[in-house]
Amino acid sequence: MNAAATFGEAPRPAAAAPVVEIRGLRAWYRTRRFGIVRDVRAVDGVDLEIAPGEIYGLAGESSCGKSTLVKTVAGAVRPPLEVLEGTVRFRFRGGPIELYGGRPVDLRAVRWKHLSYVMQGSMSVLNPVRRVERSFVDFAFRHIGEPLPVFRRIVEEHLARLHLEPAVLRAYPHQLSGGMRQRVTIALATVCRPDLVIADEPTTALDVVVQKRVLAMIREAQRAIGSSLLFVTHDLTVHAALCDRLGVMYAGRLVEEGPTRAVLREPLHPYTRHLVASLPRIGDPSPRDGLAGAPPSLAAPPPGCRFHPRCPLAREFCRTSVPPLVPVGGGRRVACFVAAPETVP
Amino acid sequence: MLAVVRDLFRHHLEFATGAILVGIVVAMALLSLVSPYPPEVAWVVPPDLPPLAAYPMGTTSRGQDTFWQLTFAIRNTLLFGLAVALLSRLIALLVGLLAGYLGGPVDRALMSINDTFVVVPLFPILVLFYFVMRDSMSWAALALVMACLGWAYDARLIRSIAMSLRSREFTETAIFSGMTTREIVTREHLPYVLPIVFSTTLNNMNWSIGLEVTLSVLGFTSISTPTIGVMIYWANQHTALVAGIWWWIAFPVALVVMLFIGLFLLAVALNEFIDPRSRLTRMGGGAA
Amino acid sequence: MSPPLLEVDAVSRTFVQGGLLAGRRIRAVDGVSFTLANDRPEIFSVIGESGSGKSTLARMILALLPPSEGVIRFEGRPFSALRRRRDRLAFMARVQPIFQNPFAAFNPLKRVDRYLFATARTFTGATDRETAARQVDEALRRVGLSLAEVGGRYPHELSGGQLQRVAIARALIPGPRLIVADEPVSMVDASLRMAIVNLFKMLRDELRVSIVYITHDLATAYYISDRVIVMRRGRVVESGPARTVLDAPTHPYAIELKKAVLSVDAGPAALDAALAAQEEEPSIAR
Repeated sequence: MNAAATFGEAPRPAAAAPVVEIRGLRAWYRTRRFGIVRDVRAVDGVDLEIAPGEIYGLAGESSCGKSTLVKTVAGAVRPPLEVLEGTVRFRFRGGPIELYGGRPVDLRAVRWKHLSYVMQGSMSVLNPVRRVERSFVDFAFRHIGEPLPVFRRIVEEHLARLHLEPAVLRAYPHQLSGGMRQRVTIALATVCRPDLVIADEPTTALDVVVQKRVLAMIREAQRAIGSSLLFVTHDLTVHAALCDRLGVMYAGRLVEEGPTRAVLREPLHPYTRHLVASLPRIGDPSPRDGLAGAPPSLAAPPPGCRFHPRCPLAREFCRTSVPPLVPVGGGRRVACFVAAPETVP
Repeated sequence: MLAVVRDLFRHHLEFATGAILVGIVVAMALLSLVSPYPPEVAWVVPPDLPPLAAYPMGTTSRGQDTFWQLTFAIRNTLLFGLAVALLSRLIALLVGLLAGYLGGPVDRALMSINDTFVVVPLFPILVLFYFVMRDSMSWAALALVMACLGWAYDARLIRSIAMSLRSREFTETAIFSGMTTREIVTREHLPYVLPIVFSTTLNNMNWSIGLEVTLSVLGFTSISTPTIGVMIYWANQHTALVAGIWWWIAFPVALVVMLFIGLFLLAVALNEFIDPRSRLTRMGGGAA
Repeated sequence: MSPPLLEVDAVSRTFVQGGLLAGRRIRAVDGVSFTLANDRPEIFSVIGESGSGKSTLARMILALLPPSEGVIRFEGRPFSALRRRRDRLAFMARVQPIFQNPFAAFNPLKRVDRYLFATARTFTGATDRETAARQVDEALRRVGLSLAEVGGRYPHELSGGQLQRVAIARALIPGPRLIVADEPVSMVDASLRMAIVNLFKMLRDELRVSIVYITHDLATAYYISDRVIVMRRGRVVESGPARTVLDAPTHPYAIELKKAVLSVDAGPAALDAALAAQEEEPSIAR
């Protein structure tokens, strides 16, 4: 199945170097104080690539490690979070950068110009006591490197392309609605035309009607500037509407990956299969089942495949061996002994 | 528990230092129990002797052994500070919790009283108190008066915590579980309030001891019971510094400064430890 | 004919924002009326976005907030009659809440079985620990847990789904006739959500409990509700049987809501219509 053809776009050349390449990343929260020793294995061996101009969706429930993965990609690692092993390699227009490869890297020159973020709370980005245009000056002026009048024009053009009135620049954040603020935050994150934008649950707190508009704007912005987008949310319906490729995380590991349509239409991993099947749909009152058990504690994850205590298809070897994430054709990868029988030890 | 204390000692310089300093002070206070000389009696040893082997802190102009006098002084000062701190905590808790939880007219009435006490100038009132009481002045009375003056600031703090707790959802769960107001305030809300209370206790002790020393040095307290301030008072009366009897003032001052610093360091170190958020992270409920 | 279980009669609630002299009145709930019958348990969903007044309505039904206008009656008796503690306890024995965030609904510094035992002691007349323990265990088993699993645990030791089920078990101990659930699954993980939603169905079918289910999620409302009302800015804009209203809404706002819902089966084309709508929207809200 050629998922790219379903979108009606030409398939992207596979030869283009990925804009970010994550290899073997292991990032744990290590607590050693007041007599307590605990390791929370939030990200435990993740391999991931995002191609230029691609929207990559990362799905998973709470405490699956996706927020920690975002922190490590953004370089925001502070104790008790520690990167134990692995690398994150960026290939930006300005040159390659490798994080956690040995030498400490200062991301300040790169932030906002090549790598920007959109977070869940827009108020944590926009200065509440200053007008919106001030935030644009604070974040972007340095990187655009033009005199102020030229900079202002660039910002206004950018807003216009994203269907925002230039009048929002003169407003204070509290004068705008939540959805409008989030759209301004997106405009702010994209004004320097970065290579990679990371969005961590940007629409989760928004109403359904506003959410759709904000998502449309995100897609529009991404098309306009041609950047890659790492979009993290637990909501599979958002992934269906927005993302080109989808990766599903469970208990600190990537368990399935592939073109969005393919993964949601025919999920290979039992966890993904359950997630998709359990979503109620308007117009379909048939009963749906819940999944027994609960997501495991990352401080003491189960041995072998971390999903095996809840998996209806679990076998003996699932309890003892960890299934590797392997390609299974059609641009898809899955980490499951049942879905990929050739990996059974 | 032991592992916790061990960790605190190892990793927190403030806790270790504070604990050691306060430990020395408490040890001195406990030594008063084995003192060979009763505290009120004067002229039991040769006066004005500098620190020697026989008298490690010298002797005073009143013929008392400075060291043993100091043990009584620090014991009384410590007990006084503790008494004031505990009493004022009780009042602050009562007023703060009631005002915060009940709200409305009760809250407004209590806070008007509270704010009055906050702005009242303490020192003139205490001096006035001394002049009114004169000879019938006792340490217990003074402790009571100071406790009544020292609760206001912290009551507001406790009230704001109680107000925020009242609107939390677990308070509503408790209501629908049939718990009474008293049960909710004491069992559900107190664990959030106690860390603040504890750290303000240590600060309150510093405050009350400081005030006590000031009053005593000036002679506005009952000067027959030895406390740090009273020792300094008597030293001043005998013009100790002019006469060269420096040890009579130096050792009490050094010990009370040690107590202040120790209490302060303990308050800082324990503050972080008992903060509910850091407790939650230790229990494992923090972000992952 | 016995009085209806719940009667919400032209209820409004106004909040005043601002100081004594220059305040702004906000009508959070404006003239809402509906009735739940006594003889037939049902799941009644209140659908609305943020600011629609649905949470305020829930708090009024739980008697946590008095209405500014209108009357709410439970089993024929108006809430204004709930003065003394004895009346309030009798009310709470029949009406219980489920809150949105299970981790906020329990004190993080206390063990969860505390609330279970307190509820058992207050409402079932259990005098000693063993009788209370039996009641608690029975309630927990109904939601698929047990006292052995949950006893002595702190909230952070359980998952969101388990904790919400403990909250439901606690609400079931007094044997209520009505449960008011305010967005009970919105903060629960997707893989655990269905178990709880199905649990509500079981409560209605087997335990004959009526449920007022507050939500912003149309798909879940479609799945379990018998009747729905759609609220916007405090007013009811549409009401009726769940399938009818959600399959074919008639009010423009309800239609807009339904169109905005994303489906996992749809593709990127779902966003194309939203793009066109951006041109007409004014940017600054105030």
